[in-house]
Amino acid sequence: MTSSMPRGLTRTQIAERVALDIPDGAYVNLGIGMPEIVAQCIPDEKEVILHTENGLLGMGPPPPAGEEDPELINAGKRPVTTVPGASFFHHVDSFAMIRGGHLDICVLGALEVAANGDLANWSTGTGAVPAVGGAMDLVTGVKAVYVMAGHCTREGEPKLVTECRYPLTGKAVVDRVYTDLAVIDITSQGFAVRDLAPGVTLSDVAERTAAPVVDARRGSHLVDDTGFQSGPSSFLKSEAST
Amino acid sequence: MIDKRCADAAAAVHDIRDGATVMIGGFGEAGSPTELIDALIEQGASELTVVSNNAGSGTTGLAALIAAGRVSKMVCSYPRSADSEVFAELYRAGRIALELVPQGTLAERIRAAGAGIPAFYTPTAIGTILAQSKPVRRFGDRECLLEHALSGDVALIKAKAADRHGNLIYNKTARNFSPLMAMAADTTVVQASIVAAPGSLDPETVVTPGIFVDRVVREERSPQASSPGVGWL
Repeated sequence: MTSSMPRGLTRTQIAERVALDIPDGAYVNLGIGMPEIVAQCIPDEKEVILHTENGLLGMGPPPPAGEEDPELINAGKRPVTTVPGASFFHHVDSFAMIRGGHLDICVLGALEVAANGDLANWSTGTGAVPAVGGAMDLVTGVKAVYVMAGHCTREGEPKLVTECRYPLTGKAVVDRVYTDLAVIDITSQGFAVRDLAPGVTLSDVAERTAAPVVDARRGSHLVDDTGFQSGPSSFLKSEAST
Repeated sequence: MIDKRCADAAAAVHDIRDGATVMIGGFGEAGSPTELIDALIEQGASELTVVSNNAGSGTTGLAALIAAGRVSKMVCSYPRSADSEVFAELYRAGRIALELVPQGTLAERIRAAGAGIPAFYTPTAIGTILAQSKPVRRFGDRECLLEHALSGDVALIKAKAADRHGNLIYNKTARNFSPLMAMAADTTVVQASIVAAPGSLDPETVVTPGIFVDRVVREERSPQASSPGVGWL
Protein backbone atom coordinates (compact mmCIF):
# COMPACT_ATOMS: atom_id res chain seq x y z
CA MET A 1 0.00 0.00 0.00
CA THR A 2 1.34 3.42 -0.90
CA SER A 3 1.33 6.35 1.45
CA SER A 4 -0.45 9.56 0.46
CA MET A 5 1.14 11.28 -2.50
CA PRO A 6 3.90 13.68 -1.48
CA ARG A 7 3.50 17.15 -2.88
CA GLY A 8 6.61 17.03 -5.03
CA LEU A 9 7.84 19.68 -7.42
CA THR A 10 5.89 21.72 -9.94
CA ARG A 11 6.85 21.49 -13.60
CA THR A 12 8.72 24.77 -13.31
CA GLN A 13 10.59 23.52 -10.24
CA ILE A 14 11.62 20.36 -12.09
CA ALA A 15 12.84 22.58 -14.93
CA GLU A 16 14.82 24.68 -12.43
CA ARG A 17 16.42 21.52 -11.06
CA VAL A 18 17.41 20.41 -14.58
CA ALA A 19 18.82 23.86 -15.31
CA LEU A 20 21.01 23.65 -12.18
CA ASP A 21 22.84 20.69 -13.73
CA ILE A 22 23.43 22.30 -17.13
CA PRO A 23 26.94 23.74 -17.08
CA ASP A 24 28.03 27.09 -18.48
CA GLY A 25 28.99 26.73 -22.13
CA ALA A 26 26.83 23.66 -22.83
CA TYR A 27 25.13 23.05 -26.17
CA VAL A 28 21.66 21.72 -25.35
CA ASN A 29 18.59 20.43 -27.19
CA LEU A 30 15.29 20.69 -25.32
CA GLY A 31 12.50 18.36 -26.41
CA ILE A 32 8.97 19.49 -27.18
CA GLY A 33 6.66 19.90 -24.19
CA MET A 34 7.76 20.04 -20.56
CA PRO A 35 11.51 20.24 -21.38
CA GLU A 36 10.88 23.58 -23.14
CA ILE A 37 10.35 25.17 -19.68
CA VAL A 38 14.04 24.58 -18.91
CA ALA A 39 14.95 27.41 -21.32
CA GLN A 40 13.35 29.96 -18.99
CA CYS A 41 15.17 28.59 -15.95
CA ILE A 42 18.78 28.93 -17.08
CA PRO A 43 20.36 31.70 -14.98
CA ASP A 44 21.85 34.71 -16.75
CA GLU A 45 25.36 33.95 -15.50
CA LYS A 46 25.45 30.77 -17.59
CA GLU A 47 25.84 30.93 -21.36
CA VAL A 48 23.93 27.90 -22.64
CA ILE A 49 23.39 27.56 -26.39
CA LEU A 50 20.06 26.03 -27.35
CA HIS A 51 19.82 23.88 -30.47
CA THR A 52 16.60 23.23 -32.31
CA GLU A 53 16.81 20.42 -34.84
CA ASN A 54 15.00 22.30 -37.60
CA GLY A 55 18.16 24.30 -38.16
CA LEU A 56 19.02 26.87 -35.49
CA LEU A 57 21.77 27.09 -32.90
CA GLY A 58 21.30 30.00 -30.50
CA MET A 59 17.54 29.84 -30.07
CA GLY A 60 16.03 32.67 -28.03
CA PRO A 61 12.67 33.07 -26.28
CA PRO A 62 9.35 33.47 -28.10
CA PRO A 63 8.91 36.89 -29.73
CA PRO A 64 6.42 39.47 -28.45
CA ALA A 65 2.91 39.11 -29.85
CA GLY A 66 2.74 40.52 -33.36
CA GLU A 67 6.44 39.94 -34.08
CA GLU A 68 6.20 36.23 -34.93
CA ASP A 69 8.02 35.13 -38.09
CA PRO A 70 6.55 31.98 -39.67
CA GLU A 71 10.03 31.13 -41.00
CA LEU A 72 11.68 31.37 -37.57
CA ILE A 73 10.28 28.49 -35.54
CA ASN A 74 11.43 25.70 -33.23
CA ALA A 75 11.04 21.94 -33.53
CA GLY A 76 7.60 22.25 -31.95
CA LYS A 77 6.73 24.63 -34.83
CA ARG A 78 6.26 27.57 -32.47
CA PRO A 79 7.73 31.02 -33.18
CA VAL A 80 11.10 31.73 -31.56
CA THR A 81 13.87 34.33 -31.80
CA THR A 82 17.63 34.21 -32.22
CA VAL A 83 20.23 35.28 -29.68
CA PRO A 84 23.46 37.10 -30.65
CA GLY A 85 25.84 34.52 -32.09
CA ALA A 86 23.09 32.35 -33.55
CA SER A 87 23.45 30.39 -36.79
CA PHE A 88 21.12 28.74 -39.28
CA PHE A 89 21.90 25.49 -41.11
CA HIS A 90 20.21 22.71 -43.06
CA HIS A 91 18.99 19.40 -41.70
CA VAL A 92 22.07 17.31 -42.37
CA ASP A 93 24.27 19.78 -40.49
CA SER A 94 21.69 19.95 -37.72
CA PHE A 95 21.59 16.19 -37.32
CA ALA A 96 25.37 15.91 -37.65
CA MET A 97 25.43 17.99 -34.46
CA ILE A 98 23.10 15.42 -32.89
CA ARG A 99 24.33 12.15 -34.42
CA GLY A 100 27.97 13.13 -34.47
CA GLY A 101 28.06 13.60 -30.70
CA HIS A 102 28.54 17.38 -30.72
CA LEU A 103 25.61 18.30 -28.49
CA ASP A 104 26.31 18.01 -24.76
CA ILE A 105 22.83 17.43 -23.36
CA CYS A 106 19.31 16.73 -24.54
CA VAL A 107 16.29 16.88 -22.25
CA LEU A 108 13.34 14.78 -23.36
CA GLY A 109 9.93 13.81 -22.11
CA ALA A 110 9.05 10.17 -21.47
CA LEU A 111 6.19 7.71 -21.41
CA GLU A 112 8.43 5.15 -19.67
CA VAL A 113 12.06 4.73 -18.63
CA ALA A 114 13.44 1.30 -17.76
CA ALA A 115 16.07 0.61 -15.10
CA ASN A 116 18.62 -0.18 -17.82
CA GLY A 117 18.06 3.21 -19.51
CA ASP A 118 15.63 2.09 -22.21
CA LEU A 119 13.38 4.98 -23.20
CA ALA A 120 9.86 4.93 -24.65
CA ASN A 121 8.64 8.40 -25.57
CA TRP A 122 7.27 8.43 -29.11
CA SER A 123 4.38 6.01 -29.44
CA THR A 124 1.74 4.39 -27.26
CA GLY A 125 1.48 1.70 -29.92
CA THR A 126 -2.21 2.27 -30.53
CA GLY A 127 -4.58 4.40 -32.55
CA ALA A 128 -2.70 7.60 -33.16
CA VAL A 129 -0.66 8.17 -36.29
CA PRO A 130 2.94 7.16 -35.48
CA ALA A 131 5.36 10.10 -35.47
CA VAL A 132 8.97 9.91 -34.27
CA GLY A 133 10.61 13.18 -35.38
CA GLY A 134 14.19 13.47 -34.14
CA ALA A 135 13.81 11.55 -30.87
CA MET A 136 15.67 8.41 -31.98
CA ASP A 137 18.56 10.49 -33.34
CA LEU A 138 18.81 12.54 -30.14
CA VAL A 139 18.96 9.56 -27.77
CA THR A 140 21.54 7.84 -29.95
CA GLY A 141 23.89 10.73 -30.56
CA VAL A 142 23.78 13.32 -27.77
CA LYS A 143 26.44 12.93 -25.08
CA ALA A 144 24.06 13.04 -22.09
CA VAL A 145 20.37 12.14 -22.33
CA TYR A 146 18.21 13.55 -19.53
CA VAL A 147 14.55 12.74 -19.12
CA MET A 148 12.14 15.17 -17.49
CA ALA A 149 8.75 13.75 -16.59
CA GLY A 150 6.16 13.26 -13.94
CA HIS A 151 7.22 10.35 -11.69
CA CYS A 152 3.87 8.69 -12.40
CA THR A 153 1.19 9.08 -15.04
CA ARG A 154 -1.99 11.03 -14.29
CA GLU A 155 -3.55 7.70 -13.41
CA GLY A 156 -0.78 7.08 -10.86
CA GLU A 157 1.06 4.41 -12.87
CA PRO A 158 4.85 4.48 -12.41
CA LYS A 159 6.80 5.70 -15.44
CA LEU A 160 10.02 4.20 -14.08
CA VAL A 161 9.79 0.50 -14.77
CA THR A 162 11.76 -2.73 -15.07
CA GLU A 163 10.94 -3.04 -18.76
CA CYS A 164 9.14 -0.63 -21.10
CA ARG A 165 5.81 -1.79 -22.50
CA TYR A 166 5.57 0.96 -25.10
CA PRO A 167 7.66 0.93 -28.32
CA LEU A 168 11.24 1.98 -27.59
CA THR A 169 12.90 5.19 -28.72
CA GLY A 170 16.29 3.72 -27.86
CA LYS A 171 17.90 0.95 -25.82
CA ALA A 172 19.99 1.84 -22.74
CA VAL A 173 20.17 5.51 -23.72
CA VAL A 174 18.97 7.50 -20.68
CA ASP A 175 21.56 8.85 -18.24
CA ARG A 176 19.39 10.64 -15.70
CA VAL A 177 15.71 11.21 -14.90
CA TYR A 178 14.27 14.36 -13.29
CA THR A 179 10.80 13.94 -11.81
CA ASP A 180 8.57 15.77 -9.36
CA LEU A 181 9.91 13.48 -6.63
CA ALA A 182 13.61 12.90 -7.31
CA VAL A 183 16.67 13.03 -9.51
CA ILE A 184 17.55 9.50 -10.48
CA ASP A 185 20.61 8.26 -12.34
CA ILE A 186 20.61 5.17 -14.51
CA THR A 187 23.50 3.05 -13.23
CA SER A 188 24.72 -0.53 -13.50
CA GLN A 189 22.73 -1.03 -10.28
CA GLY A 190 19.56 0.31 -11.88
CA PHE A 191 17.71 3.41 -10.66
CA ALA A 192 19.97 5.31 -8.25
CA VAL A 193 18.38 8.21 -6.37
CA ARG A 194 20.86 11.07 -6.16
CA ASP A 195 18.53 13.79 -4.91
CA LEU A 196 15.06 13.99 -3.36
CA ALA A 197 12.55 16.83 -3.61
CA PRO A 198 11.83 18.63 -0.33
CA GLY A 199 9.53 16.58 1.87
CA VAL A 200 9.91 13.44 -0.23
CA THR A 201 11.46 10.31 1.29
CA LEU A 202 13.31 7.48 -0.35
CA SER A 203 10.42 5.16 0.43
CA ASP A 204 8.00 7.57 -1.27
CA VAL A 205 10.10 7.17 -4.41
CA ALA A 206 10.49 3.41 -4.03
CA GLU A 207 6.74 2.96 -3.62
CA ARG A 208 6.10 4.82 -6.86
CA THR A 209 8.79 3.15 -8.94
CA ALA A 210 8.09 -0.21 -10.59
CA ALA A 211 11.70 -1.36 -10.24
CA PRO A 212 14.23 -1.44 -7.39
CA VAL A 213 15.82 1.88 -6.41
CA VAL A 214 19.11 2.35 -4.61
CA ASP A 215 20.25 5.30 -2.53
CA ALA A 216 23.06 7.21 -4.23
CA ARG A 217 22.63 10.51 -2.43
CA ARG A 218 25.68 12.39 -1.33
CA GLY A 219 26.94 10.71 1.84
CA SER A 220 25.32 7.39 1.05
CA HIS A 221 27.62 4.37 0.81
CA LEU A 222 26.99 3.65 -2.87
CA VAL A 223 29.52 4.82 -5.38
CA ASP A 224 28.18 6.83 -8.29
CA ASP A 225 29.34 5.07 -11.42
CA THR A 226 27.78 7.33 -14.03
CA GLY A 227 30.82 9.50 -14.44
CA PHE A 228 28.77 12.62 -13.78
CA GLN A 229 30.01 15.31 -11.52
CA SER A 230 28.22 15.32 -8.22
CA GLY A 231 25.14 17.50 -8.33
CA PRO A 232 24.54 20.52 -6.14
CA SER A 233 23.92 19.74 -2.50
CA SER A 234 20.93 22.01 -2.09
CA PHE A 235 17.97 20.82 -4.09
CA LEU A 236 16.46 23.96 -5.49
CA LYS A 237 17.73 27.46 -5.86
CA SER A 238 14.18 28.69 -5.37
CA GLU A 239 13.58 26.55 -2.32
CA ALA A 240 14.79 29.13 0.17
CA SER A 241 12.69 31.88 -1.31
CA THR A 242 9.42 30.05 -1.84
CA MET B 1 23.75 30.59 -71.84
CA ILE B 2 22.23 29.16 -68.72
CA ASP B 3 18.84 30.46 -67.71
CA LYS B 4 16.79 28.26 -65.39
CA ARG B 5 13.95 30.72 -64.93
CA CYS B 6 10.46 29.48 -65.83
CA ALA B 7 7.52 31.64 -66.82
CA ASP B 8 5.37 30.43 -63.95
CA ALA B 9 4.76 27.60 -61.51
CA ALA B 10 2.53 25.74 -63.98
CA ALA B 11 5.34 25.60 -66.52
CA ALA B 12 7.79 24.47 -63.85
CA VAL B 13 5.75 21.41 -62.80
CA HIS B 14 4.04 20.51 -66.11
CA ASP B 15 5.96 17.25 -66.66
CA ILE B 16 5.58 15.60 -63.24
CA ARG B 17 4.14 12.17 -63.97
CA ASP B 18 1.71 9.88 -62.18
CA GLY B 19 3.60 7.68 -59.76
CA ALA B 20 6.51 10.10 -59.38
CA THR B 21 8.48 10.48 -56.16
CA VAL B 22 8.21 14.15 -55.19
CA MET B 23 10.41 15.62 -52.46
CA ILE B 24 8.82 18.65 -50.82
CA GLY B 25 10.92 20.98 -48.67
CA GLY B 26 9.75 22.55 -45.45
CA PHE B 27 9.45 21.86 -41.75
CA GLY B 28 5.83 22.43 -40.94
CA GLU B 29 4.96 25.46 -43.01
CA ALA B 30 8.44 27.03 -42.74
CA GLY B 31 9.99 26.62 -46.19
CA SER B 32 6.96 24.92 -47.73
CA PRO B 33 6.81 25.71 -51.47
CA THR B 34 3.08 26.35 -51.49
CA GLU B 35 2.86 27.94 -54.93
CA LEU B 36 4.56 24.93 -56.53
CA ILE B 37 2.29 22.56 -54.60
CA ASP B 38 -0.77 24.50 -55.77
CA ALA B 39 0.50 24.19 -59.34
CA LEU B 40 1.02 20.46 -58.88
CA ILE B 41 -2.56 20.07 -57.61
CA GLU B 42 -3.76 21.97 -60.68
CA GLN B 43 -1.54 19.87 -62.97
CA GLY B 44 -3.20 16.68 -61.73
CA ALA B 45 -0.43 14.09 -61.29
CA SER B 46 -1.53 11.29 -58.96
CA GLU B 47 -0.28 8.14 -57.23
CA LEU B 48 2.59 10.24 -55.94
CA THR B 49 5.11 9.23 -53.31
CA VAL B 50 5.87 12.35 -51.30
CA VAL B 51 9.02 12.75 -49.22
CA SER B 52 8.61 15.55 -46.68
CA ASN B 53 9.28 15.90 -42.96
CA ASN B 54 5.61 16.35 -42.13
CA ALA B 55 2.33 15.35 -43.75
CA GLY B 56 0.72 18.75 -44.06
CA SER B 57 -0.96 21.16 -41.69
CA GLY B 58 -4.13 23.20 -41.99
CA THR B 59 -5.97 22.82 -45.30
CA THR B 60 -3.51 24.28 -47.82
CA GLY B 61 -0.22 23.24 -49.39
CA LEU B 62 0.77 19.61 -48.78
CA ALA B 63 -2.43 18.99 -46.80
CA ALA B 64 -4.43 20.05 -49.87
CA LEU B 65 -2.39 17.76 -52.15
CA ILE B 66 -3.07 14.84 -49.79
CA ALA B 67 -6.76 15.79 -49.43
CA ALA B 68 -7.09 15.81 -53.23
CA GLY B 69 -6.18 12.12 -53.18
CA ARG B 70 -2.98 12.55 -55.20
CA VAL B 71 -0.61 10.97 -52.70
CA SER B 72 -0.45 7.20 -52.30
CA LYS B 73 2.54 7.14 -49.95
CA MET B 74 4.23 9.53 -47.51
CA VAL B 75 7.84 9.18 -46.42
CA CYS B 76 8.31 11.38 -43.37
CA SER B 77 9.41 11.62 -39.74
CA TYR B 78 6.47 13.38 -38.14
CA PRO B 79 3.10 13.00 -39.90
CA ARG B 80 1.11 14.20 -36.89
CA SER B 81 -0.23 17.75 -36.85
CA ALA B 82 -2.16 19.65 -34.21
CA ASP B 83 -4.21 21.49 -36.81
CA SER B 84 -4.76 18.91 -39.56
CA GLU B 85 -6.63 15.63 -39.72
CA VAL B 86 -6.20 15.24 -43.49
CA PHE B 87 -3.38 12.69 -43.40
CA ALA B 88 -4.63 10.96 -40.24
CA GLU B 89 -8.07 10.24 -41.71
CA LEU B 90 -6.69 8.74 -44.91
CA TYR B 91 -4.08 6.77 -42.94
CA ARG B 92 -6.65 5.28 -40.57
CA ALA B 93 -8.83 4.40 -43.56
CA GLY B 94 -5.89 2.55 -45.13
CA ARG B 95 -5.92 4.84 -48.16
CA ILE B 96 -2.39 6.22 -47.81
CA ALA B 97 0.83 4.37 -47.00
CA LEU B 98 3.39 5.66 -44.52
CA GLU B 99 7.12 5.03 -44.31
CA LEU B 100 8.15 6.50 -40.95
CA VAL B 101 11.82 7.50 -40.81
CA PRO B 102 13.75 9.10 -37.92
CA GLN B 103 14.37 12.73 -38.85
CA GLY B 104 18.15 12.55 -38.95
CA THR B 105 18.06 9.31 -40.93
CA LEU B 106 15.61 10.91 -43.36
CA ALA B 107 17.96 13.87 -43.88
CA GLU B 108 21.02 11.63 -44.26
CA ARG B 109 19.27 9.28 -46.69
CA ILE B 110 18.42 12.25 -48.89
CA ARG B 111 21.94 13.63 -48.66
CA ALA B 112 23.37 10.20 -49.50
CA ALA B 113 21.31 10.06 -52.68
CA GLY B 114 22.60 13.47 -53.66
CA ALA B 115 26.20 12.49 -52.94
CA GLY B 116 26.23 9.19 -54.81
CA ILE B 117 26.24 7.02 -51.67
CA PRO B 118 23.85 4.07 -52.13
CA ALA B 119 23.53 3.19 -48.44
CA PHE B 120 25.12 3.82 -45.04
CA TYR B 121 25.14 2.48 -41.49
CA THR B 122 23.78 4.39 -38.51
CA PRO B 123 23.06 3.49 -34.87
CA THR B 124 19.85 5.56 -34.88
CA ALA B 125 16.73 3.40 -34.32
CA ILE B 126 18.68 0.28 -33.39
CA GLY B 127 16.58 -1.89 -31.09
CA THR B 128 13.32 -0.18 -32.08
CA ILE B 129 10.40 -1.23 -34.25
CA LEU B 130 11.72 1.06 -37.01
CA ALA B 131 14.73 -1.27 -37.30
CA GLN B 132 12.63 -4.26 -38.26
CA SER B 133 13.82 -6.11 -41.38
CA LYS B 134 16.88 -3.87 -41.80
CA PRO B 135 20.35 -5.48 -41.90
CA VAL B 136 22.41 -4.89 -38.73
CA ARG B 137 26.19 -4.76 -38.53
CA ARG B 138 28.45 -4.17 -35.55
CA PHE B 139 31.16 -1.50 -35.69
CA GLY B 140 33.33 -1.56 -32.57
CA ASP B 141 30.88 -1.76 -29.69
CA ARG B 142 27.96 -0.30 -31.64
CA GLU B 143 25.29 -2.05 -33.61
CA CYS B 144 24.18 -0.12 -36.68
CA LEU B 145 21.37 -0.33 -39.23
CA LEU B 146 21.82 -0.30 -42.96
CA GLU B 147 19.85 2.61 -44.41
CA HIS B 148 19.41 3.21 -48.13
CA ALA B 149 19.72 6.46 -50.05
CA LEU B 150 16.44 8.20 -50.82
CA SER B 151 16.17 9.99 -54.16
CA GLY B 152 13.36 11.80 -55.91
CA ASP B 153 12.15 12.32 -59.45
CA VAL B 154 11.38 15.90 -58.54
CA ALA B 155 12.13 18.23 -55.64
CA LEU B 156 9.89 21.23 -54.91
CA ILE B 157 11.60 23.73 -52.65
CA LYS B 158 11.40 27.34 -51.50
CA ALA B 159 14.25 29.84 -51.37
CA LYS B 160 14.59 33.44 -50.29
CA ALA B 161 16.52 34.37 -53.41
CA ALA B 162 17.72 32.71 -56.59
CA ASP B 163 19.57 33.84 -59.71
CA ARG B 164 19.19 32.48 -63.23
CA HIS B 165 21.97 29.93 -62.56
CA GLY B 166 19.91 28.48 -59.72
CA ASN B 167 22.19 29.63 -56.92
CA LEU B 168 20.09 29.85 -53.76
CA ILE B 169 19.98 31.42 -50.36
CA TYR B 170 17.29 30.66 -47.80
CA ASN B 171 15.45 32.45 -44.99
CA LYS B 172 16.11 31.45 -41.36
CA THR B 173 14.63 28.06 -40.40
CA ALA B 174 12.88 27.80 -43.78
CA ARG B 175 16.12 26.20 -45.07
CA ASN B 176 15.71 22.79 -43.35
CA PHE B 177 15.53 19.95 -45.93
CA SER B 178 15.63 22.03 -49.11
CA PRO B 179 19.41 22.03 -49.80
CA LEU B 180 19.43 18.22 -49.40
CA MET B 181 16.42 17.63 -51.63
CA ALA B 182 17.92 19.89 -54.30
CA MET B 183 20.87 17.46 -54.45
CA ALA B 184 18.80 14.29 -54.42
CA ALA B 185 16.19 14.83 -57.16
CA ASP B 186 16.50 14.41 -60.92
CA THR B 187 14.70 17.72 -61.40
CA THR B 188 14.78 20.43 -58.74
CA VAL B 189 12.20 23.21 -58.95
CA VAL B 190 12.56 26.33 -56.79
CA GLN B 191 10.05 29.01 -55.87
CA ALA B 192 11.99 32.10 -54.81
CA SER B 193 10.81 35.33 -53.21
CA ILE B 194 13.47 37.18 -55.14
CA VAL B 195 14.92 36.30 -58.54
CA ALA B 196 18.09 38.30 -58.61
CA ALA B 197 20.40 39.42 -61.38
CA PRO B 198 23.55 37.29 -61.76
CA GLY B 199 26.17 38.53 -59.34
CA SER B 200 23.64 39.66 -56.76
CA LEU B 201 24.33 36.68 -54.51
CA ASP B 202 27.61 36.75 -52.58
CA PRO B 203 29.46 33.56 -53.65
CA GLU B 204 30.63 33.18 -50.04
CA THR B 205 27.06 32.88 -48.79
CA VAL B 206 25.39 30.83 -51.53
CA VAL B 207 23.90 27.81 -49.73
CA THR B 208 22.78 25.74 -52.72
CA PRO B 209 25.04 26.07 -55.77
CA GLY B 210 23.15 26.28 -59.05
CA ILE B 211 24.35 22.91 -60.32
CA PHE B 212 21.75 21.30 -58.04
CA VAL B 213 18.87 23.38 -59.41
CA ASP B 214 16.95 23.00 -62.68
CA ARG B 215 14.04 25.44 -62.61
CA VAL B 216 13.41 28.75 -60.87
CA VAL B 217 10.05 30.46 -60.46
CA ARG B 218 9.49 33.81 -58.83
CA GLU B 219 6.78 33.77 -56.17
CA GLU B 220 3.66 35.53 -57.33
CA ARG B 221 2.53 36.24 -53.81
CA SER B 222 5.87 37.73 -52.80
CA PRO B 223 5.93 41.49 -52.39
CA GLN B 224 9.57 41.74 -53.52
CA ALA B 225 9.73 41.78 -57.27
CA SER B 226 13.42 42.32 -57.85
CA SER B 227 16.75 42.55 -56.10
CA PRO B 228 17.96 45.78 -54.52
CA GLY B 229 20.37 47.81 -56.59
CA VAL B 230 23.41 47.76 -54.34
CA GLY B 231 25.24 45.21 -52.22
CA TRP B 232 24.74 41.49 -51.74
CA LEU B 233 21.32 40.18 -50.94
